[in-house]
Amino acid sequence: MTDVNTHEQSDHGSAGGRLPVADVPHKPRRTDVDPKAARRAERQVAAMFTLSVLFVILFVVAYVAIPKDANVYIPVLGLVGAMNLALGVTMGAAVFLIGAGAIQWAKKLMPDVEVVQERHEMQSAPADTAATVDQYERGKEESGFAGYKIIRRSLLGALALFPIPLIVLLRDLWIQPSDTPNPQAELETTLWRKGSRIVVDGTYTPVKATDLPVGGLISAVPADLEETQAEQGNQNARGKAAILVVRMQPDEIRSQQGENWDYQGILAYSKICTHVGCPISLYEHRTHHLLCPCHQSTFDLADSGNVIFGPAARRMPQLPIGVDDEGYLVALADFAEPVGPSFWERG
Amino acid sequence: MSTVEKAGAGVGTYVDKRLGSNRFLSRSLSKVFPDHWSFMLGEIALYSFIVILLTGTYLTLFFKPSMVEVVYQGSYVPLKGIEMSEAYASSLDISFDVRGGLLLRQMHHWAALIFVAAVSVHLLRIFFTGAFRKPREFNWIIGVVLLTLALGAGFSGYSLPDDLLSGTGLQIARGIVQAIPIIGTWGAFLLFGGQFPGDDFISRIYSVHILLIPGLILALVTVHLMMVWVQKHTQFPGPGRTNNNVVGYPLMPVYMAKAGGFFFIVFGIIALLGGLVSINPIWIFGPYTPDQVSAGSQPDWYIGWLDGMLRTMPNWETAVGGITISWNVFIPAVVLPGIIFTAMALYPFLEAWVTGDKREHHLLDRPRNAPVRTAIGVMSLTFYMLLWIGGANDVIATTFDLSINSITWFLRVALFVVPPLAFVFAKRVCLGLQRKDRDKLLHGYESGRILRLPHGEFVEVHQPLDVKERAIIESRLATDHAPLPMPASVDAYGVANKNYRAKRLQAKLSRVWYGDQVPAPTLAEIEEGQHHAAHGALAEAPLHAHADALENVPFHGGVLHNPGEEKTNQQQLDDRGGHL
Ligand code: HEM
Ligand code: FES
Repeated sequence: MTDVNTHEQSDHGSAGGRLPVADVPHKPRRTDVDPKAARRAERQVAAMFTLSVLFVILFVVAYVAIPKDANVYIPVLGLVGAMNLALGVTMGAAVFLIGAGAIQWAKKLMPDVEVVQERHEMQSAPADTAATVDQYERGKEESGFAGYKIIRRSLLGALALFPIPLIVLLRDLWIQPSDTPNPQAELETTLWRKGSRIVVDGTYTPVKATDLPVGGLISAVPADLEETQAEQGNQNARGKAAILVVRMQPDEIRSQQGENWDYQGILAYSKICTHVGCPISLYEHRTHHLLCPCHQSTFDLADSGNVIFGPAARRMPQLPIGVDDEGYLVALADFAEPVGPSFWERG
Repeated sequence: MSTVEKAGAGVGTYVDKRLGSNRFLSRSLSKVFPDHWSFMLGEIALYSFIVILLTGTYLTLFFKPSMVEVVYQGSYVPLKGIEMSEAYASSLDISFDVRGGLLLRQMHHWAALIFVAAVSVHLLRIFFTGAFRKPREFNWIIGVVLLTLALGAGFSGYSLPDDLLSGTGLQIARGIVQAIPIIGTWGAFLLFGGQFPGDDFISRIYSVHILLIPGLILALVTVHLMMVWVQKHTQFPGPGRTNNNVVGYPLMPVYMAKAGGFFFIVFGIIALLGGLVSINPIWIFGPYTPDQVSAGSQPDWYIGWLDGMLRTMPNWETAVGGITISWNVFIPAVVLPGIIFTAMALYPFLEAWVTGDKREHHLLDRPRNAPVRTAIGVMSLTFYMLLWIGGANDVIATTFDLSINSITWFLRVALFVVPPLAFVFAKRVCLGLQRKDRDKLLHGYESGRILRLPHGEFVEVHQPLDVKERAIIESRLATDHAPLPMPASVDAYGVANKNYRAKRLQAKLSRVWYGDQVPAPTLAEIEEGQHHAAHGALAEAPLHAHADALENVPFHGGVLHNPGEEKTNQQQLDDRGGHL
């Protein structure tokens, strides 16, 4: 054990020398006065380090021995993966014990007397400042920065413009399709066209008007979505075309966005929230309210999809629908207004 | 010297001959670090960041940042045969087919949560103790930038696995970008490489997540720590501690052992959490598709306040002349956070301007001694917590059977009313504590023992403060500063003072700042008070020595007097070294 008093004969904080002990009331610890306690602390620390080694071995054993898909039931935690549990606990314990040992060592056996170090003001000595200014002046003088006016100005101009290529290079982050004049054009159209069949999301089965009872709700997409998606290799078309189809008694519909955009009480609305774009599916068929799970904007589907509460500012766009010769629901046109969140050029 | 030490010394000499490293080491190894539990907050942040770097590097070996659609064939049965992005499929592989992969994922996520929490609480500690004052303003700014980067790191990581939750977060982010006036639409198209969700975003945010942000954090953390090193750590007031010294433990060996040990503790706890507590079980949410969402989805805790602002904002939007401005999104998601972080970064300069205090501060403030600052902090925290309520309004509504509408309306009002009340309340509490401190300095502290004086009066015995408490309370004397004087509109020669209005505002604010401070007693008054208290405490002793001491026990409180003991109280007092 280190003698706690060795700090006392120190000189005044010179580099590497011992620092003066702080003038603070200080009680000796058990381990300072009782050699037995010190021995005990020593054994504790060593035991922790040794246990750590043991846990590392257990970690490797668990890694090799436990099957990947084994589950165990642990009270409180429930049914959990055996491998993850074993690896986490053994690694955690191994690492934790190293830390606990080191801290125990520091607390019980290393000196616990506080020492004092002097601070110095952060500001440089005046001589250093003067020398710096001097060198700056000399540099300015020798380079002629102050004198050569055209050099100075043209240099500043050059430096101001040189980031431009770096910014220009970012333009093709979006490789603009040749038939797309601007982003707005892409946001304003969806896959829906006159005659697009409405199919159930997931199964892609078409929907007969008679399939949908009053109070019913389905998530739907256009029939050609599957094909388009495979072609484009992404979900962009789905992100705009997803709709909700609901049915209510025709006399419950108080208003809609276009005349006869329903079909016998069946209404189709965009599924993408006009706030910041979460898909919505919480529909209360008695009140005809549609609630967005993200920020709780609420829309009334019996009343043109208008906002009745929440941060969304715009109504949910409605898709005009009818049936085709075979009696399946189809769109009569694309949405009349852009779906999803607002944007500057939306107007 | 053992052989290992000899080898070490050999290497040390070899390096020193080339770099002169011993010059640095000799000064550094004896560097003193003050001790306080709250100084560990920054350490937790540092250590959890190291764990993040370690676990994140492992994850990069297995994760595929690609949005190409694949059919899942891994060993998680419920999702077998389902189409999903390669990013999601590889996250499932990490969770189910890479041994220890789930542990790494969960450790990475837990470490991230702890990292952001530690950075935030560390910042609060700095704020409430005034550790950001001269000369540490730069480090405060770095800290604010680090907090912002930490939020960005967390959000970008959350977006990588491409599960239903992470995709929903991205959709919201896209909606926010689109709401920025003028450049928003183009910005969103450039960021996402076209429409939402596109096929580029995961790989783009991947390089942001694993290279750009961690690189910046690492660089800034390095500068942050170098500044702590150069400026030396601040310390709380206490005996022997002044503005011109540091009292604590030397780097070698105590601080090294404690800090090094603490790293392993943090690491160990994160590993235990990763093994024991499930976090972000992405296989439950399913792959991302833009037309599905899971109800009750909550972002990680540090995004909650932003979500709360989005939810609480009224639905204002302006559409004129062919353009649309979405105030309902732009204000809460862009403008307010911008203002909040800017104000936070500038705070040290604003405070210094108001107080007119140009001194270096190495002794920390006790929060009560800067009532206005403390009140500003409490006010801001209240605002933040209310936003949290906003972010969880659906959960609160279902749990307590309230209507979301009424919670939202409550918040729309409360966000303006409650924080100012919290300000007033916190300031009062601070001033109350100041008054108590003043009493203690002037009269010692109340021992709770009642004494009957010979003429029958009852008094409470006051005792002198112990060295530590007195030093802590007295520390205020050294930092007190008078309010700035009101400027004159014209100087002695009748020339108009150019900065008169600014100066007058500054002086007025400085009066608000210092105005209600309970005046600290002077050193002479304190001496006198403490002396008096010591005297009062001793006055108790002769009474005990009196023959009728036994009868009077209830009145003296009987603290010193042990019945049956032969010694007088004065003797007992001496036995205890004068301490009661
Ligand atoms: C700077 C602080 C960082 C924070 C706050 C952070 C946070 C996160 C979070 C919350 C996740 C989601 C994890 C999940 O639940 O699956 C994540 C994923 C990920 N992070 Fe980090 N991270 C950080 C730095 C890093 C670094 C430095 C690397 C690599 C060198 C990295 C590599 C990854 C990878 C590959 C994933 C995807 C893993 C998966 O989804 O399975 N991260 N990060
Ligand atoms: S996305 Fe629907 S309310 Fe915000």
